[in-house]
Amino acid sequence: MDLYSEIILDHYRNPHHARLLQKPSVRVKEHNPLCGDTIELDLLIQNDHIENAGFKGTGCAISQASASMLMDMLIGKKVGSVKKLFSKQVIAMLGVPLSPARAKCALLPLVAAKHAILKLNLQ
Amino acid sequence: MFDQKKIKKEFPIFSRKINGKPLVYLDNASTTQKPECVLDALTNYYSSHNANIHRGIHQLSEESTVAYEAARKRVARFIHARKSDEIIFTKNCTDAINLVAKGFASQIIGKGDEIIISAFEHHSNLVPWQELTKAKKAGLKVVPLAKDLTFDMNAYKRMLSTRTKMVCMTAQSNVLGTVLPIKKIVQEAHKVGAYVLVDGAQSVGHGKTNVQSLGCDFFAFSAHKMLGPTGVGVLYGRYDLLEKMVPVIFGGDMVTIVEQHSAQYQRPPYRFEAGTPNIADVIAFVAALDYLEKIGLDAIHAHEQKLTTYARTRFSEYSGVNIVAPPLEYSGGIVSFIVPSVHPHDVATVFNQEGVAIRSGLHCAEPLVRSLGVDALCRMSFYLYTTQEDIDRAVRALQKTRQIFCRAKT
Ligand SMILES: Cc1ncc(COP(=O)(O)O)c(C=O)c1O
Repeated sequence: MDLYSEIILDHYRNPHHARLLQKPSVRVKEHNPLCGDTIELDLLIQNDHIENAGFKGTGCAISQASASMLMDMLIGKKVGSVKKLFSKQVIAMLGVPLSPARAKCALLPLVAAKHAILKLNLQ
Repeated sequence: MFDQKKIKKEFPIFSRKINGKPLVYLDNASTTQKPECVLDALTNYYSSHNANIHRGIHQLSEESTVAYEAARKRVARFIHARKSDEIIFTKNCTDAINLVAKGFASQIIGKGDEIIISAFEHHSNLVPWQELTKAKKAGLKVVPLAKDLTFDMNAYKRMLSTRTKMVCMTAQSNVLGTVLPIKKIVQEAHKVGAYVLVDGAQSVGHGKTNVQSLGCDFFAFSAHKMLGPTGVGVLYGRYDLLEKMVPVIFGGDMVTIVEQHSAQYQRPPYRFEAGTPNIADVIAFVAALDYLEKIGLDAIHAHEQKLTTYARTRFSEYSGVNIVAPPLEYSGGIVSFIVPSVHPHDVATVFNQEGVAIRSGLHCAEPLVRSLGVDALCRMSFYLYTTQEDIDRAVRALQKTRQIFCRAKT
């Protein structure tokens, strides 16, 4: 199966929520030293729910598509649900075969989201 | 005769297929493939001679010791050192550079002194000097890139002063392929009394090396980047300087008389090779050196120049594909490039789908890549077994990349 499926390429060309928020409840930055990619991720929390989310960053098609899909997935969810979100689900969401090196690209947005929740809980 | 088709047959890995296609290996700046003769030398050593060196009276130990010391002579001859005692075996180029930093430079550098490096450096020839200058409260000066991505000789000359104690420079950039004017760099450094370490990792298997005519004080490189096994590095040092250098790893083999509370060290190079060295790989490295010289280093150099010219011409036929490189006459066998609006990781992935191995990312030279204003680069690097058809395959992979990604954004 092709790594660069139409869905991945669609998200890459027109990523959803690819902008930072005006007044985020939390903002984090994550870095992948392998490719040099950086992602910034914002969450807006209201009543224990993710009201809005956005990201900014450069990266490969896999990491960008993953970020785009993850934003769609997170918005409207309870804050606590991020803790229960695992790499397996993110990889399944992308729906393409990933080598271990490319899995790192795919998981950077998830790492950022988990980091954001952690930071939020500490605030 | 230089016949890459025949050469390729002598490297067993090229019978491999990647994603159903014959392997095209264009990641030689990372590490090179190994010819049959090197693999045979390894097998032969382990099956017929294996024993520890410098310590046994029995026949196998003698044979191993002789072969190991013959390798030292062979390396000395390969880079034209004055004598084999100027050759220290380390585990890689990084290890060799660290030895100079800790064993030699740390002796001569004090507060307010300076070390000069270039903007081309691999992390291996950068981080040890960051650490040392920090610890000694000394300064680390970086010669910038010239606009055409060559070495800025004038900026370098302006940086040199009596405060300069060491100059540590790569002979060839592993990212841009830029060849640095080492001989001139050494001459200028010696005028102010500074010592020069050359990082030869990218240069030494790709053309003739003569450490005496370069005039450098230290020269470091890795066997695995020149057809040899992994786990072997070389530090060449002028003998009078090796006598001033102190060991940084202590133990067996590097000592003469050992008492309960003190020990005396062997003379160089032995005092820098504590513990059992990488005997088998050092011995097999000789086969790589023989092989390279049989083909001829001038011929290898000319071949890589031809491929670089060809690759640059073919890749620049594609509008928007940006080749990041110095003028051709300053370049070794490396072509780095960017495909607009496609991340280098995606480029490398599509190339891999086509069976073509290239490198993408920061190439262990993050400050350099960032200074070019990009997040990452794609790199093709060639060697003696690379053919024009390999580059044609890379061109096809490039077309494929553009097909997948460069449909107009909607
Ligand atoms: C210019 C340069 N210096 C040093 C090194 C480090 O070599 P090693 O990893 O074998 O120690 C490399 C390897 O990529 C290199 O390209």
